[in-house]
Amino acid sequence: MATTLAKAAEGTGAATHAARIAHVSKSFPGPAGEQLVLDDITLDVAPGEFVTLLGASGCGKSTLLNLVAGLDRPSAGAIDTDGRPALMFQEHALFPWLTAGKNIELALRLRGVPKAERRERAEELLALVRLGGAHGKRVHELSGGMRQRVALARALAQESRLLLMDEPFAALDAITRDVLHDELTRIWRETKLSVLFVTHNVREAVRLAERVVLLSSRPGRVAREWTVDLPHPRRIEDAAVADLSVEITEELRGEIRRHGRH
Amino acid sequence: MAGTDTASAKPARDPGDLAGLEAGLDALETAHPGRRTPWRRTLTQKVLPPAVAVLLVLAVWQGLVSFGIVDDPTKLPAPADVWHVVRDAWLEGTLLGYIWTSVSRGLLGFCMALVIGTPLGLLVARVRFVRAAIGPILSGLQSLPSVAWVPPAVIWLGLNDSMMYAVILLGAVPSIANGLVSGVDQVPPVFLRAGRTLGATGLKGTWHITLPAALPGYVAGLKQGWAFSWRSLMAAEIIASFPDLGVGLGQLLENGRNASDMAMVFEAILLILTVGIAIDLLVFSPLERWVLRSRGLLVRS
Repeated sequence: MATTLAKAAEGTGAATHAARIAHVSKSFPGPAGEQLVLDDITLDVAPGEFVTLLGASGCGKSTLLNLVAGLDRPSAGAIDTDGRPALMFQEHALFPWLTAGKNIELALRLRGVPKAERRERAEELLALVRLGGAHGKRVHELSGGMRQRVALARALAQESRLLLMDEPFAALDAITRDVLHDELTRIWRETKLSVLFVTHNVREAVRLAERVVLLSSRPGRVAREWTVDLPHPRRIEDAAVADLSVEITEELRGEIRRHGRH
Repeated sequence: MAGTDTASAKPARDPGDLAGLEAGLDALETAHPGRRTPWRRTLTQKVLPPAVAVLLVLAVWQGLVSFGIVDDPTKLPAPADVWHVVRDAWLEGTLLGYIWTSVSRGLLGFCMALVIGTPLGLLVARVRFVRAAIGPILSGLQSLPSVAWVPPAVIWLGLNDSMMYAVILLGAVPSIANGLVSGVDQVPPVFLRAGRTLGATGLKGTWHITLPAALPGYVAGLKQGWAFSWRSLMAAEIIASFPDLGVGLGQLLENGRNASDMAMVFEAILLILTVGIAIDLLVFSPLERWVLRSRGLLVRS
């Protein structure tokens, strides 16, 4: 499975970006007229790149992800992705009327995978997230971490070259989250997917990403970017991760403080 | 690759071993499905209480007759008299005929209501104009006693089976449609978003996401729809009794009243109640429990 996905990614060698966000603004009608949520965001995600979007509440990071996913339209600017991106939510969003395996098979079916292949592909994807044998499990029989892994497998079933993740591990306990960070890193490296990962957790951002993009709040603008040039595997307690996290946290605090002044 | 296998195969040789750690977490955090309730507990908790309640009602009833508190058998027959009437009807072979006449009408009418109410509900739930146009009327119809439809149905259709079916439909279709509408309204938006990112839009989205997600509300609507079908049918049978129609439970009740035979009236009432409860217990409650249990929504008591 991993090799199939990797091939799919390599097949688009010509593409210079997995997502191109060009001068995107978004406003919503609010009580005091139009409320500007995103202001002139420009951001590229290269093929195979792992980018985290970091910001405090109200920076519009989830809004941006919805725009990239095509669930909403920007008020201005353009977004270009290579095919329909896969999207993972903070809630696992698995369908409770289907088993874990059937959730994945539905994703395959909606993509037009023939019936004969679906079962086997679903098993492969479950094995990839180390849940082989969980095909027949109901969603409510799985733990939070297992649900998010099935959700990841379902997202991978779309064989999209871009995976969007909206705080997917925020609701998990610390140790499960740490394990899933390792898993995500492993799968990302095996599949050579591009990932755009939204979080408000600075250490998570540094641990996972090749590039961290800090958004300011109200309206969301790209405040600063860091390239994370640390070798994998990383650990959440690594000194280098901690150092960069301190620096980014300071910057984030500065962004938040700005709002208290006026 | 099952979680527990991996854990036992690699006994914490490497504390940093991700697979082992993950298998351990999975094993610790997975909810173990509870065992089946032992039959003895089912008996004491589910069967015994209603049985006691029924016996208590029978005792009070018998007491009212025995102690002469109500000593007019045309007002209150003894439980034994009612039992004799039921037994005689059984021995004469007419009892099942009464029941079947009504049940076959009720179920056929319900099935027709299902076929009409389901697309109607879907239309109201999904098409904004239709919802604004007939949504309020549909919920309003639920509070209209279906007995009100009997006189117009008799005038329009005459004293025949189609009149009965018309009354059943007018009673049950709004319930079924409304159940589906509220089921669709309560679908968590995250399922719809997830469905859209997977490519389930339009009819595909309705079939793969909206309908299965709305199933609990829909089944609740079916359950209520059956209750309404049965009630409407009884109203129709009582009011519009006509020899050519065949004797159902409603006509039996009406015949008892005409003959001032209180035991027969009680027989009919008890049969109507029993059939209504039996269909609910045999068909709709298991269906509802299955839907809820498979989604982990049923809390084991």
